[in-house]
Amino acid sequence: MTDLTREGIKATVGEEMVKVTVDGQEFEAPKGQMLIQAAQNHGTYIPRFCWHPRMRPVGMCRMCLVEMETPKGRVLITACTNPVADGMVIDTKSEVAKKAQEGVLEFLLINHPLDCPVCDRGGECPLQDHTIAYGPGESRFVEEKRHFEKPIKISDLVYLDRERCILCARCTRFSDEVSGDPLIEFLDRGNFTQINTFPDQPFASYFSGNTVQICPVGALTSKAYRFRARPWDLVSIESTCPHCTTGDRITVQASQNEVLRFLGVDAEATNWSWLSDKCRFGFEFIESPDRLTSPMIRQEDGSFTEATWTEALELVASRFTEIRDAGKGLAVLGGARGTNEDAYALAKFAREVLSTNNIDCQLDDGLDPQFLAATADRARISDLDSARTILVWGPDLKEEHPTLYLRVRHAVQEKGARLVLIHPWRNGLDDRATHKLTYRPGSGAALLTRLQSEEGEVATALAEGPLVALLGRTGYGEDGRLAEAVAAHVRSLGGKLLPLARRSNVYGALDMGLAPSLAPGRATTDNPGKNAAQILEGLAEGSILGLLMVGSDPVRDVPNGELARQALEQARFVVALDQFLTDSSRLADVVLPVEGFAEKEGSVTNVEGRVQKVNRVVPGPGQSRPDWSILDDLSDRMGRSINLVSAEAIAKEIATEVPAYVGVTWDMLDAEKDGVVVPLPEATQPLVYLPADTPGKSFSGELVLHYARTMFDDGVLMRHGPSLEHLAPGAVAILNFDDARRLGLSDGDQADIKTSQGSARLTVRIDPSMNHGLVYVPFNQPGIPSLGSDPVVTVTKA
Amino acid sequence: MTYPLLVTKRMTDFPSDSHTLERYEATGGYKAARASVGMTRDQLVEAIKNSGLLGRGGAAFSAGLKWSFLAPARPAYLVVNADESEPGTFKDRQLLERDPHQLVEGIIITAIANEVHRAFVYVRGEYPKPARRVQKAIDEAYAEGYLGKGIFGSSYDLDVVVHLGAGAYICGEETALINSLEGLRGEPRLKPPYFPAAVGLYNKPTIVNNVETLSNLPHILNQGIDSYKGLGHEADTGTFLFSISGHVKKPGNYELPHGITWNELIFDIAGGMRRERRLKTWIPGGASAPWFVPSDHLELPITKDDTAKAGSMLGSGAVVVMDEATCVVRAAERIVRFFAHESCGQCTPCREGTSWLEMILRRIEAGQGREVDFDLLLDVSDNISIGLAWPPRMTTICPLGPSAVSPIISITKYFKGEIMTHIHDGGCPLPA
Ligand SMILES: Cc1cc2nc3c(=O)[nH]c(=O)nc-3n(C[C@H](O)[C@H](O)[C@H](O)COP(=O)(O)O)c2cc1C
Ligand code: SF4
Ligand code: SF4
Ligand code: FES
Repeated sequence: MTDLTREGIKATVGEEMVKVTVDGQEFEAPKGQMLIQAAQNHGTYIPRFCWHPRMRPVGMCRMCLVEMETPKGRVLITACTNPVADGMVIDTKSEVAKKAQEGVLEFLLINHPLDCPVCDRGGECPLQDHTIAYGPGESRFVEEKRHFEKPIKISDLVYLDRERCILCARCTRFSDEVSGDPLIEFLDRGNFTQINTFPDQPFASYFSGNTVQICPVGALTSKAYRFRARPWDLVSIESTCPHCTTGDRITVQASQNEVLRFLGVDAEATNWSWLSDKCRFGFEFIESPDRLTSPMIRQEDGSFTEATWTEALELVASRFTEIRDAGKGLAVLGGARGTNEDAYALAKFAREVLSTNNIDCQLDDGLDPQFLAATADRARISDLDSARTILVWGPDLKEEHPTLYLRVRHAVQEKGARLVLIHPWRNGLDDRATHKLTYRPGSGAALLTRLQSEEGEVATALAEGPLVALLGRTGYGEDGRLAEAVAAHVRSLGGKLLPLARRSNVYGALDMGLAPSLAPGRATTDNPGKNAAQILEGLAEGSILGLLMVGSDPVRDVPNGELARQALEQARFVVALDQFLTDSSRLADVVLPVEGFAEKEGSVTNVEGRVQKVNRVVPGPGQSRPDWSILDDLSDRMGRSINLVSAEAIAKEIATEVPAYVGVTWDMLDAEKDGVVVPLPEATQPLVYLPADTPGKSFSGELVLHYARTMFDDGVLMRHGPSLEHLAPGAVAILNFDDARRLGLSDGDQADIKTSQGSARLTVRIDPSMNHGLVYVPFNQPGIPSLGSDPVVTVTKA
Repeated sequence: MTYPLLVTKRMTDFPSDSHTLERYEATGGYKAARASVGMTRDQLVEAIKNSGLLGRGGAAFSAGLKWSFLAPARPAYLVVNADESEPGTFKDRQLLERDPHQLVEGIIITAIANEVHRAFVYVRGEYPKPARRVQKAIDEAYAEGYLGKGIFGSSYDLDVVVHLGAGAYICGEETALINSLEGLRGEPRLKPPYFPAAVGLYNKPTIVNNVETLSNLPHILNQGIDSYKGLGHEADTGTFLFSISGHVKKPGNYELPHGITWNELIFDIAGGMRRERRLKTWIPGGASAPWFVPSDHLELPITKDDTAKAGSMLGSGAVVVMDEATCVVRAAERIVRFFAHESCGQCTPCREGTSWLEMILRRIEAGQGREVDFDLLLDVSDNISIGLAWPPRMTTICPLGPSAVSPIISITKYFKGEIMTHIHDGGCPLPA
């Protein structure tokens, strides 16, 4: 068995080694490793186009032909499809090998359009580079080249130029093997072979952008980057993706202070170079003209006027001081999308300056912060690679944790793990599930009891370790305690688990103490404050008067959006630190512009507790400032200085003061490309949380709502990116045929969907795969009010 | 001179009903299959190995040896290669159409020898009648209890499925055939694994054999190894079906022993040249094989080894004879065009190179050849098949690409003058 790392395929420990000789140099390599990789690890680069270390070899381009000694003489073999064997003797630079390599390049070029000056790949093109290094000096082809219609749009995000394509099957293999949606394929044969999509089926994959990155020529290009830059003008800085909690590593590329592209980095610990389209193309918001550039104060008539920082901060300081000193409540919502340094500053500001424990970086997401931050038996993402059984009982990973989805697919498909998938409805991993169980939200506890007590295939699979479980809420109606009860069961079976939450740096924010029950460093507080739902209720009923929102949009982002709106309208004084005017910050009294991703340096923490760097690539717009500096300024003005001087200084304070983070320095993070998992061996973690086996409330109704996220929605970062803003699928209500008939509904009808917390008029879709008694509505779609977290629902024909 | 017949004997003796079950059983049919039900895998594999039977699909690999490589995983499958598409080859068609029960009996013997319970017959898409005949024979065998549950009253189950191809030559290559059967693109798989016997259909051990190969099996078991070997010539045991086409007086299929000469084959058996023209060149073993010429090869014995030593192969037994009025540039262009058209397109040298060769040849034939084109033809060929050696040193996944080079090797070697005349005189010197 081979294992893959940043450098490519590497030996797993304890593997048999064999002796190989390449170009006269003898070395040892793990048996089974492909020759092309073994040679590269020992300093011999063999040219290649189709080979990719994260996909199965196809041996199609024939660029990697080398000579091998055999008892019958030398033979040509492809280095990407032949594993090393003991005693193998290889010549990569013999006359015959060189002739073959040069021949392949000439063949690839005869039909290539050579439109390099107008090709996005020009300057970073393996075909150009290999031609210089291994190719013929001149062209001998005098016939007419092969022609295809120049770029065709194969999806909303990707263009295909078949004349440039060298038919390496990287895109098709990615779609088929890696992402599991084979929407791009070879058509025809021989000299007419082409890559294309099927008629009427666009390349609508959540992962299509990866094919643009791995295409060795400019055949696949992205709408977001086409003709935007020349590679040699780009500044490239490695960072961590701001969208998911996986901590995917990316290269941020900018030209003239404008971010133009994200590329996936092959980080072994996390994303293996892959990114979802939401992440890859979710950079456009950075350069959005809607970014806030100046502090703003709301006037009597509801409009905003620009103000100086001094005016705005003086106003905030005096109003917050007034509320604080009167002993009326203050609260803080947000902070899960920034850096650990900013989160630390916010927690410190809330507790020391605002004197409150009403702090929540989660917006009613339903899982206990102590469970998320400090659960016992927390797994690593890489544990999935060696798992015998993987249990996924939580959100649809394809929608909400896309690179984890790829990793689970890989573990099942390539490493033979078994997948137990439990979900109310269809799920992105269905085609790879060994066992799939569906249930109606509200009956999860009963299902868990059955799994615990009854024998059966699923119970047997779970009992056979190593077991790794990915657990969370499957939708907004699910009681968060169910995931904990499942976690307790997993622990009792000796398994490891990852509790899944959204909002990119939520784990870092919780670790910094942005939760009512947590102190910095995975410790508990003595007198817990109110959580997000309670804060909103407090604001709505007047027991809390002031609110500080940091990068959060509760009106669109809590399940009960109506409550959030009332809360913000009732509050006496609301301040928002934000990059945009959102439905929530629009209701604030003062809005302060902040620097965002790629504009500030710091660290972030992923789902497994891995701390990694994010880096500054471009300056923030206008007068925007980093969160910590605004909070420090305010603390001075409120007479309780928190004394923060820079993000780096905060990082040093964290490394000495915050228990689970002791010893974690930026230098260390810059040196270790994959970051470090906290706590380090020399540090301790005060709280080790044992998941509670209290499965939460059960409920039933004639109809139950499955209210869950989709990858693309009406989130603020997506709304401000031209590539992604149109991709939200839109709101519909999906019902089973029998339920629809009982309610007198047909496909396409309008219906009123009502819960105790909200209602919406939606188009009905009938789907035979939907369970009886279940209604699915995607969360946060454009123009649709939220339905809340009460899963009991009524549907009536409009 | 006449030679003893084996696989074509029944159809020769009883041309009107050799394909029927009655005739088949009346002439000793299914005796060998019945006997093999009681035999072990080892006994059968040993017997076929000892018979010296070589595969008749083109590669001439020992059938018994191939069977002995079958990996231990089960289920194992048998795939009968009835895709016959090598230009000039039409022998399997006759076996399928005229003696389908002989094939079914061969299938039963092979299945038992390889512990196979499910066999597939992959018939070339353009062969509807042969496919119907085989299907009918299979249906009859089911009805008699020779196929299906508990064949011949034993506890052995065997099912046979007929599948029609969709018109791709490359699906005759055994791994492309397997992909096609699985519903994938008809593209050869990577080697290693070298044999489907290790990993084949649905990633299970799979025996792939040609129609003619399997049609020999009942005869080997019935008449015994020694007598079978005695029909042939040293390493080439048994009989061999030649499909002779082109400018001879009597084209057709001929079942012959190895060891006769090309002279005998072309001038005696096939009746000599049409219109009393002179023999110019011939392809000894299908479009993939390098050509032979009278000055060098007429007296050569037709054996696997003698042909290989002379730089070609007997392949699938297709002999294409060309007379003096043939333009070799046009003939080569036609063959190269075939391979370019049939290239699956996976590997760069075959996909790009065969089309390029075709274009160059077409240019020369049309009178637009350049002096440099002669060397260009050779060098492009060299990049597909390094050194232009035989057997080829391939830069490709499968031998299709290098096959396209055979006509180029042949015409540049034997007919340089004719090519240069095309180039210098602005076109073909021969009357159209
Ligand atoms: C390009 C190509 C085409 C082939 N076409 C055929 C074919 O049409 N029929 C056939 O029996 N074998 C064909 N073969 C050979 C098969 O791959 C395989 O060797 C054969 O079916 C094995 O059967 P045998 O051992 O009984 O000959 C072809 C091979 C190649 C490389
Ligand atoms: S489009 Fe790009 S990745 Fe896909 S086959 Fe062509 S060259 Fe390869
Ligand atoms: S040599 Fe030609 S036919 Fe064979 S695999 Fe390569 S492209 Fe396909
Ligand atoms: S890299 Fe080996 S064949 Fe393409």
